[in-house]
Amino acid sequence: MKARAILLLLAALALVAAASLLLPFGPLRALFAANPDLGLAVLGELRLPRTLLALAYGATLGAAGAAVQALFANPLASPDLTGTTSGAALGAVVTAYYFNLTAPAGLAIGSVGGALLALLLLLALAGPKAETATLLLAGLAISALAGALTTLALALAPSPFAFYDAYDWLMGSLIDRSLDQAAFAAVPGLLVILLLLRLAPALDRLALGEEVAQSLGHNISRLRLQIVCLTALGVGACVAICGAIGFIGLIAPIFARRLVRGHPGRAILPAAMIGALLLTAADLAVRLAPLGRTLPIGVLTALIGVPFFLWLVVHMRWRVTS
Amino acid sequence: MMLTASGLSLPGRLHDASLAVAAGELVALVGPNGSGKTSLLHALAGIGGAGGTVSLNGVDPRMFGPAARPGAFTYLPASRDLPWPLLARDLIALGGGGGAVEGLELEELLDRRVDTLSTGERGRVLIARALAPKPDLLLLDEPTANLDPLWQLRLMALIRAEIARGDRAALVAIHDLDAAQRFADRILVMDKGRIAAEGLDGPHVAAIFGIERVDGRWQPVAA
Repeated sequence: MKARAILLLLAALALVAAASLLLPFGPLRALFAANPDLGLAVLGELRLPRTLLALAYGATLGAAGAAVQALFANPLASPDLTGTTSGAALGAVVTAYYFNLTAPAGLAIGSVGGALLALLLLLALAGPKAETATLLLAGLAISALAGALTTLALALAPSPFAFYDAYDWLMGSLIDRSLDQAAFAAVPGLLVILLLLRLAPALDRLALGEEVAQSLGHNISRLRLQIVCLTALGVGACVAICGAIGFIGLIAPIFARRLVRGHPGRAILPAAMIGALLLTAADLAVRLAPLGRTLPIGVLTALIGVPFFLWLVVHMRWRVTS
Repeated sequence: MMLTASGLSLPGRLHDASLAVAAGELVALVGPNGSGKTSLLHALAGIGGAGGTVSLNGVDPRMFGPAARPGAFTYLPASRDLPWPLLARDLIALGGGGGAVEGLELEELLDRRVDTLSTGERGRVLIARALAPKPDLLLLDEPTANLDPLWQLRLMALIRAEIARGDRAALVAIHDLDAAQRFADRILVMDKGRIAAEGLDGPHVAAIFGIERVDGRWQPVAA
């Protein structure tokens, strides 16, 4: 990737992060004027975790999306379209309402497990080199199953308020999370991104075809397992804290590949940066939209993502066949 | 350069295949569909976990990591499918080769995306990917597939020239028996997962392929 592109992305990230901390500026300034301690508390305990979560979740989704797309050799393979996020959500709901583990660690274990199950199910259903149609159908089936099971789990939950409690979270929300919770999503997320970056050269060589990558000394079965586990860990940890947020993992890698001349592995780093940028910007938009109340952020990413997805489906002639 | 392999086996595909290829040799691998040509190349290239021993200059090349492999051997699959629309130049570079490949007339293709190339052009780019690292051993599966007649001749001559230059060899799976006879030093005939015979003279050709030479042309064996 060109240094100029990295610098531009970093500058944009800094700008959006600063905006996310400071906007809307009016109430913050008023608070600081009235009571500096309270202002500082709002900044540090409300806005900072929210900004960190947006950056970390977005980056994780972008990097995981790029890795999954590279692995399946398919630009439509993203954590949300393949059912990984739905699986994670189901895992978290089950852990929270049936095992009463509502601490971040418990939720995270549940959602990472759910994500892992969903990914393994996808591999089993669609196969490692799935055609787009097979991949999307299998993903659809897994999403539908996980969605139905999530609703069922909430309906049968011992707590009568389960539906109401879970609604905001299920739609994806970055609001009212503590710094501790933010760390629970951000630390695994960053770790996963770093580990995925190490797999980038092997993923690039997958662009030569699986057989050639193997002949070049890459263990593709191990690579597949590593990506599945890392994606489940990163996405699962983020879903546990913020719920399911769609389409970032689909869109970010597509833009990212344009910055690295189409290399699917090399796209992981810019995809993480673009994912962070997109989610933070989306959160900012949700916050500043003059609607009188805050939209769940997952709704906004879906509203923007679905038309993009449809455009992609119509224009997808990526697979180079003889 | 010396390649020896013995006891290469993959259940249902390959049965105890052994061969030796010396430096400077172009060895053709012929056989009916499903006779095990690709499986043999896979076994030598470390694809798919076949049993048996392989030794390239005394070392099992399948033990090499990704950094050392392109210099030891490269493998060209029969498929021209590629999952991503990379630039031809980048595709060749991903194969680990720095050097330019002369004789393939790639200049005008290098800055094009592989999805915009014709199948034959893409074939030339993929061959360049395999040749660029200047490996000791070339494992090529149907390198002339999809090429026009002129390019088929040029490519086989190019492979000859490449292995003549330096201590190198090539094992080429090919269906065109005439091309095999014309360009290869030796011809290994595969049948039902075994290396059944060497050369195309003898009754084994009719038995294995179901064809025979009549007036200089290959014809189906008369019933």
